[in-house]
Amino acid sequence: MSATLARVPLCTLDDLPVGLGRPFRVGDTPIAVFRTRAGKVFAVDATCPHRGGPLADGMLAGDQVVCPYHAFRFHADTGACDQPGVCSIATYPVEVIDGAVTVTL
Amino acid sequence: MIPLNTTPGLPPTRKKLVVVGNGMAGARLVEDILAADPDHPFDITVFGDEPYGNYNRILLSNVLNGTQDPKEIFLNPLAWYADNHVTLHAGKRATRVDRDAKVVYADGVEEPYDVLVFATGSRPFVPPIPGTTHRGVFVFRTIDDCRNIAAYAKGKKSAVVIGGGLLGLEAAKGLMTHDVAVTVVEMGPWLMGVQLDEAGGKVLQQTIEKLGITVKTSASTREFAADDHGAVRAVVFADGSEVEADIVVISAGIRPNKELAAECGLACDRAVLVDDTLQTGDPSVFGVGECVQHRGVVYGLVAPIWEQTKALAARLTSTNPDAVYTGSKLATKLKVMGVELASMGRVSDVKPTDEVVTFAEPGRQVYWKAIVRDGKVVAGCLLGDLGPADEVVSYFMTERPAPARRLELFFGSGTRTQGADFSLADMPDDKQVCDCNGVCKGTIVKAIQAGKTTVQSVGKATRAGTGCGSCKKLVEGLIEAVNGEVKADPSEGWYVPAVPLDKPSLVAEVKTRGLKSVSAVLRELGTGEDEKSKNGLASMLKGLWGTEYVDERDARFINDRVHANIQNDGTFSVIPRMYGGVTSADDLIKIGEVAKKYAVRMVKVTGGQRIDLLGIKKDDLPGVWRDLGMPSGYAYTKALRTVKTCVGSEFCRYGTNDSTALGIALEKTYQGFEFPAKVKLGVSGCPRNCAESTVKDVGVVATEGGEWEVLVGGAAGAHVRKTDVLCRVKTREEAIRVIGRFLIYYRDNAKWVERTYDFVPRIGIEELRGIIVNDSLGIVADLDAEVEKTAAAYVDPWLERDNPAYAGQFEDVRTVPLPMA
Repeated sequence: MSATLARVPLCTLDDLPVGLGRPFRVGDTPIAVFRTRAGKVFAVDATCPHRGGPLADGMLAGDQVVCPYHAFRFHADTGACDQPGVCSIATYPVEVIDGAVTVTL
Repeated sequence: MIPLNTTPGLPPTRKKLVVVGNGMAGARLVEDILAADPDHPFDITVFGDEPYGNYNRILLSNVLNGTQDPKEIFLNPLAWYADNHVTLHAGKRATRVDRDAKVVYADGVEEPYDVLVFATGSRPFVPPIPGTTHRGVFVFRTIDDCRNIAAYAKGKKSAVVIGGGLLGLEAAKGLMTHDVAVTVVEMGPWLMGVQLDEAGGKVLQQTIEKLGITVKTSASTREFAADDHGAVRAVVFADGSEVEADIVVISAGIRPNKELAAECGLACDRAVLVDDTLQTGDPSVFGVGECVQHRGVVYGLVAPIWEQTKALAARLTSTNPDAVYTGSKLATKLKVMGVELASMGRVSDVKPTDEVVTFAEPGRQVYWKAIVRDGKVVAGCLLGDLGPADEVVSYFMTERPAPARRLELFFGSGTRTQGADFSLADMPDDKQVCDCNGVCKGTIVKAIQAGKTTVQSVGKATRAGTGCGSCKKLVEGLIEAVNGEVKADPSEGWYVPAVPLDKPSLVAEVKTRGLKSVSAVLRELGTGEDEKSKNGLASMLKGLWGTEYVDERDARFINDRVHANIQNDGTFSVIPRMYGGVTSADDLIKIGEVAKKYAVRMVKVTGGQRIDLLGIKKDDLPGVWRDLGMPSGYAYTKALRTVKTCVGSEFCRYGTNDSTALGIALEKTYQGFEFPAKVKLGVSGCPRNCAESTVKDVGVVATEGGEWEVLVGGAAGAHVRKTDVLCRVKTREEAIRVIGRFLIYYRDNAKWVERTYDFVPRIGIEELRGIIVNDSLGIVADLDAEVEKTAAAYVDPWLERDNPAYAGQFEDVRTVPLPMA
């Protein structure tokens, strides 16, 4: 992994449906980006560490992403899983400026 | 014995307690310390090999056979450790202990200690047989083993379990559910040699052979043979014979993990040696569980280990500084493959002077045996019927003299056997109710008197019923006896977890307030937000408001967003409608062409008489639908799925009526109707019932004389239920109408995810017949109107192919390049 962080322009805010997520691959890193009904935009790893579920297809429960495969949940801010024995996922800082979404990774 | 600063008035000095091992012994010790003294003087650190909190290893076979999710068998989640200020190094294996410096080393962590406890448990013994490293050869010990075995078992035909002990039979039971032919191989002359004598072992063998398992005893394994790709294919025995094996599970006993202790110079024999204070040779170092040897005995069952942790916790916290552990008498009740079994002492160990009392009833596979030595019961086993087990165990545990008429051991002094009229009130307080957690009646009664009146809350307070769960009925009975009634968990009546209202109140509230979207309901009436509640509310609101419903797509599960069923590789399955399971040459050719064009990985005929295209990428969905030109089969959602039919009178020489025509008409009328759970229909053209109508949510069977019998509430999935007869009607039109009324009544009155097989018995078939056939509530006209309204609102969801409902609905991963540095 490179030690330097990159700020990468991702998409427009309108590309992100309200209350849902979308999958991106930034360089070699697959991520899932969500826009909550409350207006928060956040990015996490694309894949559930349990059985590889595509998190971007998951539903949101407040600030948690629910994996579509077996309903393991991960928190938007910490990446922590609600289930014992499942490791947390990485989170990536996101900025929205004038409708442009950028992610840092 | 642990010098602590306990001078009154001074805060106690914090001591560092390190527990190596996070299994059933290590974690239990920590719990016992917290329970013995919430203000205990320790900073506790636990090392665990596995990257998890601790779980109930006893229930692993349930994970393997799929009756329990791994999530359900965890005892303490990771958060529990944090809540109790216990530092857990999960996934860190302690590699070295320096007893001079009093430090434990593990994968880059150094943890100093004042008190150290070894709870390193044991590991599966892998016999030195050639071929144990082949692909497909497993041990059975951890949650990961279960997952790996279950994943590998997919599509396999045969499995061999090496070892006919308790754990081996549990593994065999788990494997049976994966549709493989299971053989159990035991080196000894009979199964469960530790708990049973030869006669008992044979009885057990007959019973499990009836379940379809092959048993091979006195069998010495020479090697595991592999195919050309390094995957196991057979087990080869010493006599040269072979048994085919796509999977091998080794369960040949356990070996204590004593190495870490031995390496730091502690005395070990078969396991780490401890005295009655559970101390090793070092006054700062203790041991509990399967890794220790106490008075020559190494225990492998949970009950004695919990006696050890309790004694050690009392000692360490000084709540009982003189607590000692003097050994356990082992009596266990088990259920192996549905066979109930009680065992105590060593039944195979018979001395010439012993009296052996046996009773056998071969027809029912019942076998009872007790060994009486010097007038006392010293061992015994009971199989198949545990009627007298408690009595025999009690003689064994208390060492009181056995009755002079030995038959009274089994049959009581008169008619006193534990029958149907057995009274819970007569049960002594010290009688154990929960054998998994060692909880007595008295403890449970105290909890009930303290206000715990649900089975769950009693479980939380006492742990009763939280192991295998088989004593929950007894707990329920005790609550009834003490409290008069069992309180239901109030949330059981709620329609969805996030809104504390039952369905009728929720519907009324939603109507009064005019709440037409999921977010509006959650905002005004909700106490939280979760995906299940959103799904349930979306379904209810759509039924309630029809075209006025404000459809928020984030309230839908992925399947309902892209109108296809997500698969385990992130692709989707596409099933077009095939009305009544009837298709045409042109449609089949079209389906075949689409399958070729999109390189569909599997084309599968479904159980509902249609064709499934599997492995479609999300961004191919619109193209597939367009090229098919057929409507969605709704195979991915809680809605009307299929109408299965037989060919009926059109071709069948037995057919008495046109079942395909009725099936097609039903499917065309009710396609797109959404319900609280999926709904499957079947129409059979004669009582031979080839469309399996008697196990459908709604079934129709043609009768001689031209009538149709309408059936409801059947199932043949995880749950099997035969339908109830709703009514008989004379014409096809009447059948369609009465079914429509039933469907709408079910839609509007069932709980979320309540299938008809629960709904129909809950309401009662008489009551339903009254409402739907005889119009006892005067709502039939409303039901008919609702049918028409719902049918009129049907739009094929696959038309969204040309007009996506939101950004990225049918788009896969978007690739974004990294900026140039």
